[in-house]
Amino acid sequence: MQPTDTQHPDYFHKVVDCQWACPAHTDVPEYIRLIAQGRFTDAYMVNRHSNVFPGILGRVCDRPCEPACRRGRVEQKPVAICRLKRVAADHREADIAARLPKIPKRKNGKRVACIGAGPASLTVANDLMPLGYEVTIFEQFAEPGGLMRTNIPSFRLPPDVLNEEIQQIVRMGVDLRLNHPVTSLRALLGEGFDAVFVGSGAPKGKDLKLPGRQEAADHIHIGIAWLESVAFGHVDRIGERVLIIGVGNTAMDCCRTSLRLGAKNVKVMARKPRAFFKASAWELEDAEEESVGIVVNRAPKSFVTEQGRLTGMLFDQMEYELDDHGRIVGERVVGEEFFPADDVILAIGQENAFPWIERDLGIEFDRWDVPVVDKVTFQSTRPGVFFGGDAAFGPKNIIWAVEHGHQAAISIHRHCQGESVRDRLPPGVNLQSRKMGVHEWAYANDYAPVERRLVPHVSLKERFKKLNIEVELGFTIEQAAQEAQRCLNCDVQTVFDAKLCIECDACVDICPVDCLTITVNGSEPDLRSRLRAPAKNLSQALFVSTPLKQTGRVMVKDEDLCLHCGLCAERCPTAAWDMQKSFVHWPHAADNAAADAARNPKIA
Amino acid sequence: MTYLAKPKVSHPSLPRNALGLTRRDYEGSLSTLCAGCGHDSITAAIVEACWGLDIEPQNLVKLSGIGCSSKTTAYFVSGGHGFNSVHGRMPSIATGANAANRELHYIGVSGDGDTLSIGLGQFCHAIRRNLNMLYIIENNGVYGLTKGQFSASADVGTKAKKGETNFQPPIDPVLLAITLGATFVARSFSGDKKQLVPLIQAGLRHKGFALIDVLSPCVTFNDHEGSTKSYAYTREHYEPAVHADFIPPEREIVADYNEGETLPVVMHDGSRIVLHKLDAAYDPTNRAAAAAQIQERMRAGEYLTGLLYVGSAEKDFHDLNGTPDTALNKVPYEKLSPGSKGLAKILERYR
Ligand SMILES: Cc1cc2nc3c(=O)[nH]c(=O)nc-3n(C[C@H](O)[C@H](O)[C@H](O)COP(=O)(O)OP(=O)(O)OC[C@H]3O[C@@H](n4cnc5c(N)ncnc54)[C@H](O)[C@@H]3O)c2cc1C
Ligand SMILES: Cc1ncc(C[n+]2csc(CCOP(=O)(O)OP(=O)(O)O)c2C)c(N)n1
Ligand code: SF4
Ligand code: SF4
Ligand code: SF4
Ligand SMILES: [Mg+2]
Repeated sequence: MQPTDTQHPDYFHKVVDCQWACPAHTDVPEYIRLIAQGRFTDAYMVNRHSNVFPGILGRVCDRPCEPACRRGRVEQKPVAICRLKRVAADHREADIAARLPKIPKRKNGKRVACIGAGPASLTVANDLMPLGYEVTIFEQFAEPGGLMRTNIPSFRLPPDVLNEEIQQIVRMGVDLRLNHPVTSLRALLGEGFDAVFVGSGAPKGKDLKLPGRQEAADHIHIGIAWLESVAFGHVDRIGERVLIIGVGNTAMDCCRTSLRLGAKNVKVMARKPRAFFKASAWELEDAEEESVGIVVNRAPKSFVTEQGRLTGMLFDQMEYELDDHGRIVGERVVGEEFFPADDVILAIGQENAFPWIERDLGIEFDRWDVPVVDKVTFQSTRPGVFFGGDAAFGPKNIIWAVEHGHQAAISIHRHCQGESVRDRLPPGVNLQSRKMGVHEWAYANDYAPVERRLVPHVSLKERFKKLNIEVELGFTIEQAAQEAQRCLNCDVQTVFDAKLCIECDACVDICPVDCLTITVNGSEPDLRSRLRAPAKNLSQALFVSTPLKQTGRVMVKDEDLCLHCGLCAERCPTAAWDMQKSFVHWPHAADNAAADAARNPKIA
Repeated sequence: MTYLAKPKVSHPSLPRNALGLTRRDYEGSLSTLCAGCGHDSITAAIVEACWGLDIEPQNLVKLSGIGCSSKTTAYFVSGGHGFNSVHGRMPSIATGANAANRELHYIGVSGDGDTLSIGLGQFCHAIRRNLNMLYIIENNGVYGLTKGQFSASADVGTKAKKGETNFQPPIDPVLLAITLGATFVARSFSGDKKQLVPLIQAGLRHKGFALIDVLSPCVTFNDHEGSTKSYAYTREHYEPAVHADFIPPEREIVADYNEGETLPVVMHDGSRIVLHKLDAAYDPTNRAAAAAQIQERMRAGEYLTGLLYVGSAEKDFHDLNGTPDTALNKVPYEKLSPGSKGLAKILERYR
């Protein structure tokens, strides 16, 4: 293999599994260390820099970081990254105004319109207001927040938390126009904005057209619309027996909300076996804790009515044939089953819909009627019109909406400055040694054999009393301190200097997880098979050094299971290994603006 | 050294041996040697070798004298028995233990000072008795523990860290052992585990005295320019002559060796050592020729390494002394102790 180019901005970034997996590249280990030190406000600010909504995301983030967490490979359970984020938000100082970016009094003369007040638009405003832009957000509803407000139930996300973090942005001087649906993009474009950001989400819930749908319409609800009605107080009860169709995250919110509106018997009906569920494991766990029944292998067949009233649903009983990889290769119907119900909630997906965008504005839509949006710049085929969040590529989640917002803000800035939206600041990485003395490191490098802490929940007796009782209580400071010790500090990188190595094997021998091998070079598959422990996880890189001085062999490190314990660096007699903190620079609009200003002082 | 103990977590796919143990189960306590010391690498090689031989930790006896090298018995197989004797006296302790229990595996770890300076006499007699043990010398040319004085293995012309030169000729343990009739004599290097691990395995299985002289740089007092036992110098003057693959009885010989250059040696328990000659002219089964060649190369400044002499198992210590077939703790008490009447009878013989 060629020697590894550790200068490449992705190399060390990828080693920090959580940060790499986070769409917004939050510096997770950094904030976890700050929490361990009791520096909650600092931890909050590290989060806010990347993900804008730490209090919200610390409760409801989809947390792609956790399945990626290295601790999960070392001993099954990942670090409770998401819940630690909440700790930072729960325990921070109340007033952080002084730490938020300053908003210039003198504006830069550029006006930006955002459609929809969901997380995507709010992020755009968050990034552009400090640069002197005037941002107007148009929102059809009376309150901002998007699906975070209308669909995520208050027992998972309390309105106070939502309001606080939205207001941090609105207080920057955003012109927030509530109760203001945009009904024509042509008309809006006529208002002379320098750029338009479409952050209107994917608001259309899918329907299920089966026999009986018409007759029973009063008792068949479309999940996201129904949750919205609950959120706004238009619906406050449901029948005793409820069937939820679909087994994604929306289904989980529908079943748990039903239980709080009077349902006694709630069943989630899944077409396929459990391995195929779309809902996150933790959402399923939470629903099952509340005695929601999950019924697998039932395909909806018809709605059954008696005298125009819904009595239940008929399902085909399915059987699947799986191959060795667990994929479905055949299915057959083995029977039929009736399930009684007073209400049915359809939670089988959502789509984006743009009835208010005229199709002759130069904004191209593809054959599924989805706008054509550039994956890097988020610009549509009409310069100056950008899409982000669920509106861009269909329903995702909050953290993706935030990252889309960051990227779109860069494009909007460049567009408004008359520069190419393609010409963006590249990401970068800086390294800083964490060595303090012979055996002293500026981080806790000892492996803590602590098991994952469980977040306490409100008792099953209490939690149903009101719709908005938050179920999760969050970690106490003591629990957080313990959980924080589980983080392996993957951002404190093992940095190798081949010139110094005398090939004494000390690092190879001490490494507790057999990451290191000194051997003759070879092709990647060959090397992977010849290491001290086979490197079978192809998603994790091999580091290969330049040839070593004495024998011309190479130092190879399998990044997969490194504990970042620093023992290699402690054992090395020549300091050929060092432990260095990587700072990933994932540029935002402000960084692009600063780079422009450095190049051309006149812009500043 | 490190301050942190090596954490107990390990690679989830570490292979297990016949006893269901991983390599990590053969480790010992935290090493207090200098970071980068060759001795620590040898420790790792012993761990690997014992794991590979499926040795039950409680059946291993670890013996040593005094020195950095002698400290290392604490750093491997913490489940084994250990005895850290006075300086240079490990062979006596090994003799006693071996006499009492012939069923255990004996591994002695010593230094060039412990063996060739203060302990030279004991060392020679252990060979002469043909003690059934593996004797490892961790050879760095200095007394590491006492801060780097030349030992009896220091080469003529080698320089100490502060610059003084050694003029006394070295004692070479390999030549000495060959001359004294040892039947398993090897030299290796701490930085070459590929060579060292099978040698340790073969040495542990060899019937009778097995010696491995392992060049093991002292990173603190003897790894400088001008030293003939530094990492760099050793690598430059290191010449593998015979590679020995150790193959336990249950495994087949699969590697494809060239005829004439390879020589399988069957051991008393059915294991085999496949000798792979890297130097075609070298004959590891001819004692006189081997000694001559080693001497010749030594004069040229080269370290010949590998299994340098191997002979058929002759009578070991137990055969020579007619000891019982089992460990003494398995001999019935009545038989083991003659009782006061029996004792009186024995004493009578000497009156
Ligand atoms: C039931 C449910 C539960 C979810 N749970 C989670 C979760 O736990 N974690 C998570 O990360 N994600 C969750 N999501 C997904 C997440 O809420 C969305 O991905 C995210 O909110 C998308 O943000 P956005 O800014 O793109 O759009 P949205 O949040 O959808 O906001 C769009 C806004 O635009 C407004 N709007 C639309 N059209 C117009 C118009 N023409 N004029 C003016 N305003 C308009 C809407 O009223 C809305 O306020 C959930 C989604 C659902 C449906
Ligand atoms: C009877 C006695 N004499 C001297 C010493 C001092 N002493 C301790 S270790 C040592 C030399 C050890 O050298 P070596 O065996 O080569 O071990 P190394 O430290 O080099 O591994 C000496 C002379 C002692 N401990 N006991
Ligand atoms: S930090 Fe070094 S010793 Fe620790 S696990 Fe990683 S490679 Fe191994
Ligand atoms: S401990 Fe240092 S000098 Fe020794 S092999 Fe490792 S990197 Fe090289
Ligand atoms: S003094 Fe030399 S022999 Fe002793 S531990 Fe240090 S490096 Fe090893
Ligand atoms: Mg020595």
